Amino acid sequence: MSGEDRIRDGPRPDGGGSADSSGSVGGDADDVSAGPESVADVLREAIARAFGGHDLAIVLATLASIYGLFTLFVLVANDFELTTNTINAIASTLRLLTFFAASYAVLALALNLHWGYTGLFNIGVAGFMAVGVYTMGLLSTPPDATSGMGLGLPLPVGVLGGMIAAGLVGLIAALPALRLEADYLAIVTLGLSEIIRLTMNSSQLSSWTVSTFGFGTGGGSGLNLPARPTDALFDGGAGEALLTVLTGAGIRRSIVVDAAYTLVVVAFVVGVYWLLSRVGASPFGRVLKAIRDDELVAQSLGKDTRLFKIKVFIVGCALMGLGGILWQGSYGYVNPNSFRPIVTFYVFVAVIIGGSGSNTGSIVGAILFVGLLFEGPRQFGGIVQNAMDLGSAPATFAGAVGPLFGLDPIPFLAYALENISALQFVLLGVVLIVIMQRRPEGVLGHRTETAAAIDLGVRPEGNAPAARSGEEPTSRPDTTAAADHGGETGGDGDE
Amino acid sequence: MGATKLLDRGRGSRSLPLLLAWLVGILLVLDIGARLAGVEIPLAAGRTFGGSMSVAQFGGLVWNGVIVGLIFGLAGIGLSMTYSILNFANFSHGDLITTGAFTGWGAALLVSGWGLAEAGTLLLVRAASGPSPNEIGASIIQAPLAIAIGVVVAAVATVLVTVAIDRVVYRPMRDRGGIALLIASIGVALGLRYVVQFVFGSRSRGVTATDGVRTTIAGVSVNLHELTLFVVALVLMGGMHLLLQRTKLGTAMRAMADNKDLALVTGIPTERVVTATWILGGALAGVAGYLYVLERGTIEFNIGWFLLLFIFAAVILGGIGSIYGAIAGGLVIGLVHEVSLVWISGDFNAAAAFLIMVIVLLYRPEGLFSGVTTA
Repeated sequence: MSGEDRIRDGPRPDGGGSADSSGSVGGDADDVSAGPESVADVLREAIARAFGGHDLAIVLATLASIYGLFTLFVLVANDFELTTNTINAIASTLRLLTFFAASYAVLALALNLHWGYTGLFNIGVAGFMAVGVYTMGLLSTPPDATSGMGLGLPLPVGVLGGMIAAGLVGLIAALPALRLEADYLAIVTLGLSEIIRLTMNSSQLSSWTVSTFGFGTGGGSGLNLPARPTDALFDGGAGEALLTVLTGAGIRRSIVVDAAYTLVVVAFVVGVYWLLSRVGASPFGRVLKAIRDDELVAQSLGKDTRLFKIKVFIVGCALMGLGGILWQGSYGYVNPNSFRPIVTFYVFVAVIIGGSGSNTGSIVGAILFVGLLFEGPRQFGGIVQNAMDLGSAPATFAGAVGPLFGLDPIPFLAYALENISALQFVLLGVVLIVIMQRRPEGVLGHRTETAAAIDLGVRPEGNAPAARSGEEPTSRPDTTAAADHGGETGGDGDE
Repeated sequence: MGATKLLDRGRGSRSLPLLLAWLVGILLVLDIGARLAGVEIPLAAGRTFGGSMSVAQFGGLVWNGVIVGLIFGLAGIGLSMTYSILNFANFSHGDLITTGAFTGWGAALLVSGWGLAEAGTLLLVRAASGPSPNEIGASIIQAPLAIAIGVVVAAVATVLVTVAIDRVVYRPMRDRGGIALLIASIGVALGLRYVVQFVFGSRSRGVTATDGVRTTIAGVSVNLHELTLFVVALVLMGGMHLLLQRTKLGTAMRAMADNKDLALVTGIPTERVVTATWILGGALAGVAGYLYVLERGTIEFNIGWFLLLFIFAAVILGGIGSIYGAIAGGLVIGLVHEVSLVWISGDFNAAAAFLIMVIVLLYRPEGLFSGVTTA
């Protein structure tokens, strides 16, 4: 992959080891000037300044604003009457948001490892998810399930097996595919994910494997999956007691039970984030960033880039399998339609919004995607529809547009709200285009993560970069990968 | 460039799989021969080599393969041209096909069903309930003029959409890398597909009339819609050939695909060539979508998206940048898609086509017909 193939062709600090240490989050004017100066920029800087660049604070602030927005939505929909019903509605909405955001965060983190760190353009995420979920099901679903058939092994075996299987498929794909250029890799992975989906969808294959091996995917009619392990917590002991208290307070049982599982997914997000941050900060991660920035340089330095890419591909695919299990594996049932390529694009949008190459960005991107693009428009549409009482929507576009010429926008509005799911996808597409055109580095762009083992920002006086503003760099992880390979190749001032 | 070097590294391991592919191919051809001759040689576990299959049955599969292959090839020409001239894989190409299908059929139904239903319903390709396709009578027999008008409208409307998208989305990004453009094109694909769904509705519905479309010519039963597709596709492909070989524009396009910098130095107005590329590619994609619906009889908002991977397969098989490659690749993928049904179930014939694409990408990324770049 050459330099032009990189997506992060936005403004970057130049690589000569000038280690733009105070830039990015702290935001000195020079750093941003090359990008379009817009409201988003100003806002981002303000936010960044307010939190001093603490990752957790950024994530929590994003989460809080999305929560606030949706609470407002529900309150508006219920005319601000604080009944138990309203509280239940708020709780269930926020629970759902958290669940989706956490699921997307796991997937986005995994994709970020591929793409953000290593520059591997994998658009087969849905396929690897499918491998994870289906392997989990084939191992752990009881043999007497209504649809499909599994071996009935314990769930941890299934989850681990699913991750291993996804990783193995990743390995098989990676061995030959990684020598391809980025756009070919994209097509190969997309093709692979469709092949996987079609394989899961085959009822012939399923009945053959059932009769031969004793397990099968159930084909198009889907596969029953084991129940969530957290559900059993409420069947007795402290769990049941807690449940009684909460339901006594008027909270619906399903909300509590779902919330318990959601917490598990959130815990996994934290775990995966921790893992990937460690990987990113390690010497291993440094090579990955070097591969992304310029593979030839990494090779010239004696790194076997192919081996690195294969390892990363396996780990990322296994995590995608895990993400699939946590999300699609938690409904007790799965069918191949859940793994259409659109799911891959959702995850991509999350990564791109957040800014590829940043783990925190992936989580923020997942929250923003779920809140503003995935759930937001639907909720908003529902509220407007209820509030405005537009009457029944016209059945066709013609019926909606016709009255426009008579200056009557109501039917068109009603039609638009009725079909808001289509408009939501249009919005998704437009957002993708606008981001690629104006901010290819995402919301948390310019925030490059530490590549060097030591903080290049605090260097001996004489070598300090001129562009440094007065701010103290403190513990900000800002040294760029570019700066790092400048250092590695013996660029200025590192001896 | 790092990638070329990386590609070289794998060359040694490439000959064995290729040999294996040839072997499998020859075996399959022999098997078809045996089946046609009615020879059956038992192998292990109840499986046999050969079997029985009538010539008509086989001929039917091949004809279906050719028809689908022509669609893949026709749409693939545009994809191949944009890939080589603009240097990115355009994921929105499938939705240009959808755009052509809907606009073309809107016009065709409006002409053939004039007065039978509200103009809006017809123009929106039967978005609401109304007269049935057979009552509207949009077929090559009952309303050849309407079908012809549809072809033109499909081409023109798709060109307008394509050029507008280029101005708004791709033009500001001309100097950017292939991946940035690819991601933007995914955005375009989503936007376009769901604008089509917003306007035309998400219902899958029939559009063509079927009365008298299947007739017998010289003792062979033919579907006249498939025949129309065949003729129109061949004419358009021939036209593309003449355009690329005989006109100044064609020479300029080939030069740009070969070496962009050299083309610039020679004084080729690259921006005009890019626009011409979009116009030609968009028109062919639109007509391909229109003809595809003519052949299958039903329309829905994601037909083009479902075709996209097959078209990529065709283009890659033929070698990116070569329009003859795209056509040949389309035919091969079409034939694989249909003829593979001899051995495998309908669950897997699409997977077989994708598998071929993946294998070609891995072991022969320059395509089967390499050496002939953009001609």
